Amino acid sequence: MPLDGGVSCLRRSEMIGIGIGELESPPLDSDQVHVLAVDDSLVDRIVIERLLRITSCKVTAVDSGWRALEFLGLDDDKSSVEFDRLKVDLIITDYCMPGMTGYELLKKIKESTSFREVPVVIMSSENVLTRIDRCLEEGAEDFLLKPVKLADVKRLRTYLTRDVKVSDGNKQKLPEDLSRFSSLEIVTPPPPQPLSSTTSLESSSSVESSSPLSPEISVSPVDSPVQQLEMRSPGLD
Amino acid sequence: MNNVVAQLQRQFHDYLVSLYQQGFLDNQFSELRKLQDDGTPDFVAEVVSLFFEDCSKLINTMSRSLERPENVDFKQVDSGVHQLKGSSSSVGARRVKNVCISFKECCDVQNREGCIRCLQQVDYEYKMLKTKLQDLFNLEQQILQAGGTIPQVDIN
Repeated sequence: MPLDGGVSCLRRSEMIGIGIGELESPPLDSDQVHVLAVDDSLVDRIVIERLLRITSCKVTAVDSGWRALEFLGLDDDKSSVEFDRLKVDLIITDYCMPGMTGYELLKKIKESTSFREVPVVIMSSENVLTRIDRCLEEGAEDFLLKPVKLADVKRLRTYLTRDVKVSDGNKQKLPEDLSRFSSLEIVTPPPPQPLSSTTSLESSSSVESSSPLSPEISVSPVDSPVQQLEMRSPGLD
Repeated sequence: MNNVVAQLQRQFHDYLVSLYQQGFLDNQFSELRKLQDDGTPDFVAEVVSLFFEDCSKLINTMSRSLERPENVDFKQVDSGVHQLKGSSSSVGARRVKNVCISFKECCDVQNREGCIRCLQQVDYEYKMLKTKLQDLFNLEQQILQAGGTIPQVDIN
């Protein structure tokens, strides 16, 4: 795309495809990981969407907690029977949002029968321990400090590889508590998920096309407040 | 032909390194560059373009909120600064982000004069960065048009 005087802008169609304020997403391949990303900042939505797509996730990005609930079918009291087909493997949400905060969204998700098992990750630009505590207590899987990096998102994939496909196609879950430590150390990795060609538009030219548990995942203490928490003495919990 | 490409690549490399060294950009910009590939060669340019649009809009809104001394909507200004700080952090716009930190402090103590100074500085910084990045993207285009590839730049 030749550049003229101004920096080139995202094409409208691309913006809509990303799901800015929009809820539509193309039909899902049932093997693909589907992530619902929630952030009121357009720039952040674009970045998180790209980060997730590069790690082979299908992404639906919405701009508010209300839109997220609407997408999940949790926005009213009727039963969500018709959303049985909706497959969301991970919800990643910003904490500070106008209207409904990420924390409030987290609570609503954990209160729902259909989606309480879905891991929810909170993102925030502020490293506030009480905030992190609250979220983890409410059932958040992890807490990412913004700005979010590729290594952070790659680590998230480890939650999603809890479902280990065995040869007869039955899914077998790893013990619950192992996932809690996935951010501290790499446990025996499950077999790498094959990347289907429909996984991301970038396919073979994506930056990291190796298994989700590539050696580049760094687990240095400063990367995640969760790790900092885990290293506190038990008496402080 | 190869000389031209090599020369352009060198220019690109040196220019980008200087932007990091002079504090215009931080590590997050290099994180964004990792997300760009042959299939999405304009990713970084598009994200920063959205960021600059954001800057322009937020600065306008905050400017209006700060206009009348007797009636400053500091909540609105604070909201604007928060958004600006967030997006500048997400693209690696280090100087813009740093001004936002001071800006927030002025806002917290309802210092209108301080806020106005910060607003002017944020305006200056984002426009400066926009020009710098424009030059960088132009170099990228020249490299590609000359048949070369964009160099990896390691800032560590």
